Amino acid sequence: MKNPDLSSLDITIAVSGLKTGDNPQPGVAVIRSIRAAGFTGKIVGMVYDSMESGIFIDGLVDEVYQMPYPSTGADSFVSRIDYILTKTPIDVIIPTLDSEVILYIRMKQELLVRGIRTFLPDEEQFLLRDKIKLAQFFPEKGINIPQTVIVTDPAQIWNLRPTLEFPVIIKGRLYEAYKAHTPEEAVKYFYDIESKWGLPIIVQKIIQGDEFNIVIVGDGKGGTIGMVPQRKLVITDKGKGFGGVVVNNPALDEFARKVIGILKWQGPCELELIRGTDGVFYLIEINPRFPAWVRLAEGAGQNQPAAVVMLALEKEIEPLPPYQAGTMFIRHAEDIMSHISVMGEISTRGELIKHK
Amino acid sequence: MKTDKMKQLAISENGFIFDPETGYSYNVNETGHAIFKLLQKGMDKEAIAEQVIAEFDISKDHFDNDYEHFIQMLEALDLVEED
Repeated sequence: MKNPDLSSLDITIAVSGLKTGDNPQPGVAVIRSIRAAGFTGKIVGMVYDSMESGIFIDGLVDEVYQMPYPSTGADSFVSRIDYILTKTPIDVIIPTLDSEVILYIRMKQELLVRGIRTFLPDEEQFLLRDKIKLAQFFPEKGINIPQTVIVTDPAQIWNLRPTLEFPVIIKGRLYEAYKAHTPEEAVKYFYDIESKWGLPIIVQKIIQGDEFNIVIVGDGKGGTIGMVPQRKLVITDKGKGFGGVVVNNPALDEFARKVIGILKWQGPCELELIRGTDGVFYLIEINPRFPAWVRLAEGAGQNQPAAVVMLALEKEIEPLPPYQAGTMFIRHAEDIMSHISVMGEISTRGELIKHK
Repeated sequence: MKTDKMKQLAISENGFIFDPETGYSYNVNETGHAIFKLLQKGMDKEAIAEQVIAEFDISKDHFDNDYEHFIQMLEALDLVEED
């Protein structure tokens, strides 16, 4: 018996973030977990780019719609969703990209009016985990954060010493992080990140130790519905984990539960943290969506994407079973064959209806 | 020597060791595997020496050298602690 079992659900689920490759988005993994829970209904892919590889995978999505970029705002998003609703019903949306989650949070009521449900935090919870807020909010709650300086002008980088010693981590508010060994290098990364993701830029002390990532579904009341921690085994030159193993560390779990309890987080998220060589846990980031490695949770016994579908529908679910430590994943890249006309269809019409 | 942490480690018959708390894994050879299992049982050096010398047909000196080296490795990996 699957837990949760989605085999009797006759609904349509929309998922974003279908790009895989060297910097994979979580959508394909989320869909595979939903299918693994026995779901046979329709899955709609919401894409930003006609080259998102999940579009081309046979049997993954039934329909694909191109979305306006989140930066165009909620109105254009709602207009696009209204258009999509003339083509297909949508019952649940699982957004998987950092940049779009806030839009879906703000659109919650408009989506509900249209019969579309999500399982996301509220705006206050979402903003408290913003990278620029972490260092202000969490330390007084007993959660350690690496020493952090928020910069909006490259001149500030020259004044980081003695507050921060190089090397440091320099990262954007939404994406990208680099290790800078010198102020000169940090200034270069400042401009790189600013041009792509804007200001402010976060500069953080490097904590030496073991890095862990935890995928969690919070219940919105301070508790967790599922939680699976892993340590990366394979790390690409972009810092992406392409292999990992589930660990069982009660102190780590307790730390993660404390973070979720403070935020009263609702919905999926990924915690990134480090246990320093001093044995202290430091919270690095809270990503407000499933990570691309979320299938590891399914493999370890907790099908969290399927649980989120049920929770979005306000259906009762059995508690997810304890995760199995030692479960590992290794990411495998594969070439997908298709025809140029498929790309043509999505890039010219902005939509693609696949026939089963 | 405290071997509490070793008791939490999973070791397979082929000498692959997994630490579920940290996610680290290690490999040991046949003699390392034997010593590891005996340490996990909480046996002291003398008792381990008796079994390993008999099983692998080695001298006491040979055992002492290899054992000390092995323990140093375990200490470096934070798997055992000095009393």
